Amino acid sequence: MIELKNVSKWYDEFQVLNDCSTQVAKGEVVVVCGPSGSGKSTLIKCVNGLEAFQKGEIYVDGTSVGDAGTNLPQLRSHIGMVFQNFELFPHISVTENIKLAQLKVLGRSDDESQQNAARLLERVGLSDQADKHPAQLSGGQQQRVAIARALAMDPVAMLFDEPTSALDPEMINEVLDVMVELATDGMTMMVVTHEMGFARRVADRVIFMDEGRIEEDCSKEEFFNSERGERAQIFLSKILEH
Amino acid sequence: MFGEFDTSVIFDNLHFLLEGMQTTLILTVIAICGGLVLGTLLALARLAPFKPLSFIAGSYVNFFRSMPLILVIFWFYFLVPHIVGRPVGGFYSVLVAFVMFEAAYYCEIMRAGIQSVRKGQIYAGQALGLTYTQNMRYVVLPQAFRNMVPILMTQAIILFQDTSLVYVVGVKDFLVSADLVANRENRILEMFTTVALVYFVICLSGSLLVRRLQRKFAQ
Ligand SMILES: Nc1ncnc2c1ncn2[C@@H]1O[C@H](COP(=O)(O)OP(=O)(O)OP(=O)(O)O)[C@@H](O)[C@H]1O
Ligand SMILES: [Mg+2]
Repeated sequence: MIELKNVSKWYDEFQVLNDCSTQVAKGEVVVVCGPSGSGKSTLIKCVNGLEAFQKGEIYVDGTSVGDAGTNLPQLRSHIGMVFQNFELFPHISVTENIKLAQLKVLGRSDDESQQNAARLLERVGLSDQADKHPAQLSGGQQQRVAIARALAMDPVAMLFDEPTSALDPEMINEVLDVMVELATDGMTMMVVTHEMGFARRVADRVIFMDEGRIEEDCSKEEFFNSERGERAQIFLSKILEH
Repeated sequence: MFGEFDTSVIFDNLHFLLEGMQTTLILTVIAICGGLVLGTLLALARLAPFKPLSFIAGSYVNFFRSMPLILVIFWFYFLVPHIVGRPVGGFYSVLVAFVMFEAAYYCEIMRAGIQSVRKGQIYAGQALGLTYTQNMRYVVLPQAFRNMVPILMTQAIILFQDTSLVYVVGVKDFLVSADLVANRENRILEMFTTVALVYFVICLSGSLLVRRLQRKFAQ
């Protein structure tokens, strides 16, 4: 479903991604972790072409992301993405947030978009917030709307960039629950997160990044049970302390 | 002349003065709308990744912002009939002058507005599959506009005052009408006091509204 081959990226002289290769099979859940600044966000943004990369290849559902001839908006329209800071559109209501791209990108009718929005809001448990503006919701609620907005596009895969790290602790679980449900439903997911509980429950594989490199890429069992590289071990012991 | 303050001159000429005010207001409103539309297009051009386009838009803005308004008004007064090929009258030439002049200022306001929209919002629009144009139209510009409402209104108040410069080409706005009455009836004190009062009240109301909006947006 998602395949990265020897991807490298530079900001001027500074190399953010260094020869990264991995793949996410259909229905697989892959968790990406690593210290701050290691390039996790950059890597995941390369997958749907929000960031350009200079070397290597990325394929999503058979389409080459880096190819100049690729229609990026069309490709992105069926890859869902959820951001750390939710990024709901503040000037329109929750329902309108979920309808916008259905109407403008997929060309769905107003009725159909509305029904999808209602159905997805129910799925994330927010039917009663449909007409509010994003600023009137809590962080956890906003993130659940953001997930619903991405799901409305019927994505073939979902990308998450630290979806819970801007949330107050008591709101993390309501978002993780939605994500776990998605994972159990068979959604293909690439999730940047430090929530190791989430990784333990639903991840198939765990990727550990450091200084732009993929240092570990192994099954969840291997990652949590066996010997790892020194940096990964230090990192893991640090975040598990919390 | 300063003997007695006779307000009847205002009421006797009310219709004439209101006609002048109408010209002032039409000029202001059309200059705001036209300037805003043209200015927004210029702002998009200035921020466009295509360098020649952003250079042309930048030059336009820098040019008009370096010109005194009164000179621009003069110019268009002589230039517009030339371009159109027939006399168009002072009103239409100043209208064009104001729209083009204001566009340069509105461009800079809208550019700041567009840049005030967080990068994450643009990513979010892109990630949903919106094209560049759709992202601007549905995500960025509405927020840019909303963020800039107080500054756009302040600019509108300045514009309202600046329209009085049309007297140099003989367009009968509020000020010119009042001046004509003042000289005809020899009531200079009454008329200019009235003019000052009217401008003051309108601009002060505008400023108070801006301040209220700012407080509302700050919440
Ligand atoms: N636009 C940019 N220009 C230059 N350097 C950048 C830019 N964006 C990111 N970087 C750098 O690239 C590196 C990787 O950034 P990235 O955001 O991918 O890290 P991250 O692993 O997601 O970190 P975090 O956990 O803090 O989110 C960082 O060192 C960052 O400073
Ligand atoms: Mg990050």
